[in-house]
Amino acid sequence: MGQTLLQKVWDLHTVRTLPSGQTQLFIGLHMIHEVTSPQAFDMLRRRGVGVAFPGRTFATVDHIVPTLDQRRPFADDLAEHMMAALERNCDEFGIRIEGLDSERQGIVHVIGPELGLTQPGMTIACGDSHTSTHGAFGAVAFGIGTSQVRDVLASQCLATAPLRVRRISVSGELGPGVYAKDVILEIIARLGVRGGVGFAYEYGGEAVGRMTMDERMTICNMSIEGGARIGYVNPDETTFAYLEGRPFAPEGDVFERAKQWWRSMASDPDAVYDDVVEIDGSVIEPRVTWGINPGQSVGVSETVPDPASTGSAADASAIGEALDFMGLDAGAPVAGTRVDVAFLGSCTNGRLSDLREAARIVRGSRVARHVRALAVPGSVKVRRAAEAEGLDEVFRSAGFEWRGAGCSMCLAMNPDRLNGREVCASSSNRNFKGRQGSPTGRTLLMSPAMVAAAAVTGEVTDVRTML
Amino acid sequence: MSAVRPIDRVEGTAIPLRGDNIDTDRIIPARFLKAITFSGLGEHVFADDRRSMPRHPFADPAYTGAEILLVNENFGSGSSREHAPQALMRWGIGACVGQSFSEIFLANATTIGLPCLTAARDDIESLMKEAEAEPATPMVVSVRDLSLIAAGRTVRLHLAPAIRDALLTGQWDATGLLLHRFENVRQVASRLPYLTGF
Repeated sequence: MGQTLLQKVWDLHTVRTLPSGQTQLFIGLHMIHEVTSPQAFDMLRRRGVGVAFPGRTFATVDHIVPTLDQRRPFADDLAEHMMAALERNCDEFGIRIEGLDSERQGIVHVIGPELGLTQPGMTIACGDSHTSTHGAFGAVAFGIGTSQVRDVLASQCLATAPLRVRRISVSGELGPGVYAKDVILEIIARLGVRGGVGFAYEYGGEAVGRMTMDERMTICNMSIEGGARIGYVNPDETTFAYLEGRPFAPEGDVFERAKQWWRSMASDPDAVYDDVVEIDGSVIEPRVTWGINPGQSVGVSETVPDPASTGSAADASAIGEALDFMGLDAGAPVAGTRVDVAFLGSCTNGRLSDLREAARIVRGSRVARHVRALAVPGSVKVRRAAEAEGLDEVFRSAGFEWRGAGCSMCLAMNPDRLNGREVCASSSNRNFKGRQGSPTGRTLLMSPAMVAAAAVTGEVTDVRTML
Repeated sequence: MSAVRPIDRVEGTAIPLRGDNIDTDRIIPARFLKAITFSGLGEHVFADDRRSMPRHPFADPAYTGAEILLVNENFGSGSSREHAPQALMRWGIGACVGQSFSEIFLANATTIGLPCLTAARDDIESLMKEAEAEPATPMVVSVRDLSLIAAGRTVRLHLAPAIRDALLTGQWDATGLLLHRFENVRQVASRLPYLTGF
């Protein structure tokens, strides 16, 4: 009987079964950032424990960094304090850090792949729920909390329970103007925000097979929004071609040997899955969220749901609460919803290909007068590459602000945030109440191209009419 | 190393918090994560919800001192911030009982010794009604017996055996366990192709 990638990677990294029945799992790559690590280092110090494998932890800074003025010390004392703590901790424990002075700095889930740190067959953990992004390479990657960061630092291991695997197969060809973001929003809308609890999601099928690594990362990134802590794609030639030549990827003969091993870690053709879901990619539309969790989305040609016409009382009350917060009318078309802010960026959609797609729409146009628009590259490398193609000029001349690399307006831990009840067309991953920094701010999740379209027209617009 | 503190039962009054998919951004908004310690998080738990919903249970003096948090589906979804269970614990919560929990929240809560047990929807509903009608009702959550006793009634709770065992033996803080016989860890590292040059 064949095995899935998850089973193979899990078995290879299992140290032992703990008395409780949990697995002691070895973590091949640990990434840390300034927000969820300081308490972990303090715990190590209090317990007199060192870092077991300092060479297997990599640090960068992303959540709190300002994207406008990155000079130190930061204007925000608390942010400066966190940054200094990370630098001190990395120095004390001998951990490599790519800080603001580095050409390799950026959002942790953008730089891991970009540097070739992220590779197939690895176990990867990071104190951030979007660690599932790295699964795009056929790694088993998941988010952890601070005490678990402590455990990985101390032992390079985690105590964790095995997961079941749900294969999600996307067939057919995506239409023009339809992106990976739309596919994952469709998957979450279909399976629900808690449908993935207890599962790892394996994404496959023709549509995923044709996707670039950037697109696969977008899909895996949002697995957690569907409740699945892990999402992955089996490694293939696209994966290997992406990795070749990256700073931390193997070279020459070693790369050839690595490829063989990576291939062997993919799910076997006769692997048995705990569940299988088939989705027809050819019928997916550009999608937009209308509510307060990422499962609440519709196609851009559709209408916002009406609580009166849903089956259960619980659903009706959830829809009612969301519409009330969003200030949207039940049954109204989602297209035409006025936006105040357009945000391009984040670990979901802050890569070069995302900026290119958005720039295609923006080129030669102007951002609507009432819209504040930000383009925030996911890493310094993405920023430099975009500038080399002149994308910064495209954005600037259209009226976008062109910023430094960081998490920016995805999560409001830095100066980039919504004010009051502003509505934001956002390429990020979460539309929770208060997520973008204003307790009453409203987020509409969509693809970068759809964000660009909304920026230009000032309202939710079907990007397919602008291609 | 780490202190071993077995968690057998949690006794106290309950605070009912209705709603599915209550995410960690709501439990503790991101601006409160800008600190290098967890201390002080308790006072900011549900900071924005408390302000925008005047009858939020965490703003209601009737529930001051409650130990048992009653929730619905998928509590703690979203961000992996351990600050969420830390904030709840520092506010005074000693156990959570709900229909279901998000996976990362559950792992974080367990790792800091905050038991999260599940119960059937109808049972949660009746417990919430009880806590709403009479906030002073004493309740007892038994991790050992997997039960909640309130107002003379026993509700059956569920918890993965591995988590129950970790709580009962005090090994929810895993660092010590993971460092035990460390040569086994080195052995695994030595068989990983990506650490040995393929």
